[in-house]
Amino acid sequence: MKIHEYQAKQLLARFGVAVSEGVLVTDAKEAGPAWDQLGTPLAVVKAQIHAGGRGKGGGVKLARSREETIAEATRMLGMNLVTHQTGPEGKIVQRVWIEKGSDIARELYLAMTVDRVSGKPVMMASREGGVEIEEVAAKTPEKIFKETIEPCLGMQPYQARNLAFKLGLEGTQVKEATKIILGLARCFLECDCSIAEINPLIVTTEGNVKALDAKINFDDNALYRHKDLEELRDLTEEDAKEIEASKYDLNYIALDGNIGCMVNGAGLAMATMDVIKAHGGEPANFLDVGGSVTKEGVVGAFKILLSDKNVEAIMINIFGGIAKCDVIAQGVVDAAKEVDLTVPLVVRLEGTNVKKGRQILEESDIALISATSLDEAAKKAVEAAGAAR
Amino acid sequence: MSVLIDKDTKVLVQGITGGHGSFHTEQMLAYGTKIVGGVTPGKGGQKEHGVPVFNTVDECVAETGATASVIYVPAAFCADAILEAADAGCKLIVTITEHIPVLDMARVKDTLRGRDVRIIGPNCPGIITPTGENQGCKIGIMPGYIHKPGKIGVVSRSGTLTYEAVWQLSELGLGQSTCIGMGGDPIHGLGHKECIALFNEDPATEGIVMIGEIGGSDEEDAAAYVKEHVKKPVVGFIAGQTAPPGKRMGHAGAIIAGGKGTAAEKIRAMEAAGIHVAKNPSAIGSTMREVLG
Repeated sequence: MKIHEYQAKQLLARFGVAVSEGVLVTDAKEAGPAWDQLGTPLAVVKAQIHAGGRGKGGGVKLARSREETIAEATRMLGMNLVTHQTGPEGKIVQRVWIEKGSDIARELYLAMTVDRVSGKPVMMASREGGVEIEEVAAKTPEKIFKETIEPCLGMQPYQARNLAFKLGLEGTQVKEATKIILGLARCFLECDCSIAEINPLIVTTEGNVKALDAKINFDDNALYRHKDLEELRDLTEEDAKEIEASKYDLNYIALDGNIGCMVNGAGLAMATMDVIKAHGGEPANFLDVGGSVTKEGVVGAFKILLSDKNVEAIMINIFGGIAKCDVIAQGVVDAAKEVDLTVPLVVRLEGTNVKKGRQILEESDIALISATSLDEAAKKAVEAAGAAR
Repeated sequence: MSVLIDKDTKVLVQGITGGHGSFHTEQMLAYGTKIVGGVTPGKGGQKEHGVPVFNTVDECVAETGATASVIYVPAAFCADAILEAADAGCKLIVTITEHIPVLDMARVKDTLRGRDVRIIGPNCPGIITPTGENQGCKIGIMPGYIHKPGKIGVVSRSGTLTYEAVWQLSELGLGQSTCIGMGGDPIHGLGHKECIALFNEDPATEGIVMIGEIGGSDEEDAAAYVKEHVKKPVVGFIAGQTAPPGKRMGHAGAIIAGGKGTAAEKIRAMEAAGIHVAKNPSAIGSTMREVLG
């Protein structure tokens, strides 16, 4: 689960991370009072969307007066903000964060994530803040300093000091940075984050260290033990079809191709996309109906697939293990009755209860193209989509 | 012959009285697995499909001599269950459950590092050694009937895609020595490399199938190992050649992050190591057939 910058800052502040004072605004009328409340000669108006690169898209602006603050907030609220992370369709800005501006002397980078190779969390720091860290990692990996954290023990103060000194900090800055680094690590471990990033971490011209931007993602599998964090979820930032799918315990990811797929199991679902592509088609989605799928789940999946206007054919590929072919087949028949099936449907069933499943499909009067192998199914789906066009 | 398990392996089931635990205990028993006991705290003394239930893994191991455990308990209790099995002396712990928090697995792995215990999973179909009608050993949830006894070792991060590959192999008359589903989570037990090393040592395994997917670097590590140590033919497939970056493709570990973990770079590493990579998932079985000649 992703959260907004202002939510990440408020959370980090609870762990002793220094951040700038700010006010959240959802209506332009609130921008003037926010300026008054902050009592600052320089404010920063920041659009809150779940994507990076906001500055380049016009979503981060400095304001030196009450009027400028109101003007920027008015401009941003409701705007469609396009960044390299939102895709060309962009995201509508519904929240704006107004905070006290800072005079920046240095921009640094700080982030914690789980390293898959060691199986442990790792804290990363770099003097190259405020830029795309992936580029730094790819071109000059020696500029990223790392400390591996023992997951049962947590980050130790000496590890934070190691990083602070490597960042070239001195005097009281070391102490301030150490506090921020340890706070970030505690937040990561206690809140089950999957990534917690401060980019940039700044040194102000007065010599103070603080988080100028913050990004936190949580491990969805651990949200059950963080009810308070779950409340930070902003559904308007998520894909409507993906939310709908999650209601049926379906794993759905929208793509931009023309062949809708319904598969059981994540690996097989990816492989199905690959084989569609190998036959010259483009998958319209990734959809894993899971192992314990019900009839209702299949019906729900169908509706989601058909709601995508780009879909010209649907391919169902089920290898029954825990999921039973007859249950899926019944779901397909029921769904075809409930929804208006306007595109060709290719079905390939194999595995548990396959005979029963095929029989159910044969005895129904829905028009479908059957296939026995994965390859054949993909080929037929691509042909059917072409013919439909 | 086989790796890690055979038809005499004594297995206990943690969470045996739950819905999944009970259903799959019945399936495993039917396949021939020696399920000697089960554990559900508070339900000790009961029987489930004729199998005695104990309150603790410790008691169960002491009474039955089980050496392997399979875990079906809900995700929130899995870290505890794995540590309990390890402390009770189980040498092989297979965790089927999906959705275990990443940091739970990090802590479990850290705690068990250096101990004489092997973990398979989590979020996996389990491990199976087919030995003929009703006498094989299946520890997990895979459909037993698609597997045939034979000489191919299979290791995979996926569930149903493994069934697909196994089905192709069996249809072509290529039976399996052992199939291991290592699971789709970013932090897991045995990886491709460890499993391939086991198959390499196993005299009964003559060919190896490795099925990977986007995310992480398990496949690259395995490729380096294959190049150095493995003379047996290895056939590979990587799922997610068309997956968009930054999206988690169903499995928690299947994500291209920061441009890393793409199918293309994995396939490159595998081909450079002499692994025969099938580009089309429906050609996994036939590629092995060709390679074996």
